Amino acid sequence: MKKLIVAASCALAMMTGTAQAQDLRIAFDVPYEPFEYRDDNGELTGFEVELATAMCEELQANCEFVIQAWDGMIPGLLARKFDLIMSSMSITPERAERVLFSEPYYITPGGWFGPESFNTDVTDMDAMKDKTVGVQRGTTMDTYVTENMGGVVNIKRYTTAEDMVLDLEGQRLDAVFVDYPVGEQTILNREGYKEVGESVKLGEGVGVAMRKRDAKLADDVNAALKKLKEDGTYDTIMQKYFNYDIKI
Amino acid sequence: MPDFIAEWLNQNDIFNAMTIMEYWDGLVTTVHLVFLSLVIGLVVAVPLAILRTVKNPFVSGPIWLYTYLFRGTPLLIQLYIIYYGVAQIPGIQDTFWWEIFKEPLYPALLAFPLNTAAYTTEIIRGAIISTPNGEIEAAKAYGMNWFLRMRRIILPSAARRAVQAYSNEVIFMLHASAIASVVTIVDLTGAARNIYSRFYAPFEAFIFVALCYMALTFILVFVFRKLENHLLRHQRPVNG
Repeated sequence: MKKLIVAASCALAMMTGTAQAQDLRIAFDVPYEPFEYRDDNGELTGFEVELATAMCEELQANCEFVIQAWDGMIPGLLARKFDLIMSSMSITPERAERVLFSEPYYITPGGWFGPESFNTDVTDMDAMKDKTVGVQRGTTMDTYVTENMGGVVNIKRYTTAEDMVLDLEGQRLDAVFVDYPVGEQTILNREGYKEVGESVKLGEGVGVAMRKRDAKLADDVNAALKKLKEDGTYDTIMQKYFNYDIKI
Repeated sequence: MPDFIAEWLNQNDIFNAMTIMEYWDGLVTTVHLVFLSLVIGLVVAVPLAILRTVKNPFVSGPIWLYTYLFRGTPLLIQLYIIYYGVAQIPGIQDTFWWEIFKEPLYPALLAFPLNTAAYTTEIIRGAIISTPNGEIEAAKAYGMNWFLRMRRIILPSAARRAVQAYSNEVIFMLHASAIASVVTIVDLTGAARNIYSRFYAPFEAFIFVALCYMALTFILVFVFRKLENHLLRHQRPVNG
């Protein structure tokens, strides 16, 4: 009897699998403004949510959005609680061992922020000598500063952005190099602070994560994202949420 | 370097010459920080403990309040208040004090000794007030004044009683110093956190640093055992 049920459900799964309209469940970790969050009416919205909606239209799929806390993202995907992750997951070699990433669909640059009085060119190593630069520990910004400016500048690593901003305010830091959206929200909106250098695109960017066996789905997703990037839909959505370029 | 160590170093990604140097620098910082904190803490604690036993409440009261405050709040909070609080004082950046408080080491060297001094004060005070009355009466009978009594009789005998509790405080201080890593000091824990976040290898990074702390603790335990043997040798059986 039990075998029969399994067989029947397998057959059912195969039938729905071959059906025209695909059912896809996409996971987000909310809130992560402006990428995914709930608006005043409690509706799920944000850059990635809108991009996912556009992508689903392109794929002609019935999409369901799932809320999943960050810690359980990859385990949830592997346990088939959902089929795609579109929750600002940066592509890293460690993650790529467990999941299949699409082509990157956005990349946030690292931004240089400092007080109004900071007038040094951040790319001029002689001028930057002995300056104190703050970064968040373990981020791509940390790696960049360590590799390119280690031994020149004095690097201070912080666990949270709040601690780093406090030390920038307290003048213990000359400048910070931080994920642009974070810097925009925590530093630029304060009196007396500005961007002190060109922002730098770092890392491989953020991609849609899928199970390794879903190679066909990955091809479809890549094709859909490519279409959206080319036909202007992507740019429209991006300009709604950002006043800088995150396209890759 | 023995061959097997060299081979092992070549085989893994995490423990290479560079990260070992980072751990070593962290170890030096930790030892430096803990040693200075303990020395300053002890030097401050001895007079405070003596004054704490004075009957006059205007002398012992403030010291009671100090030990109460510093033993009643977590060291992490004390360090946060000193490190971030000082930077928020308006105009401090323009005074010479800023040269000192700008570096994270000095706020830590203020918070740690104050904290350990509070505990040590209470340890020594406990040892002082438990001095047997007979010893004090005998010292008085010999015509010793207060100062001489303190120096020759009470403090040496209190030191013997305090040393075991104090060895615990020293080990606690070593472990509490891991808190320094939250204010950007790259001590042993700071080095471990940097290496962990670079390689995403929590087990290797933190187990190695735990072994470092254990090795330091064993050294401390050994030193204190020698010290106890020395101070308490009169208690050993004659033929033991």
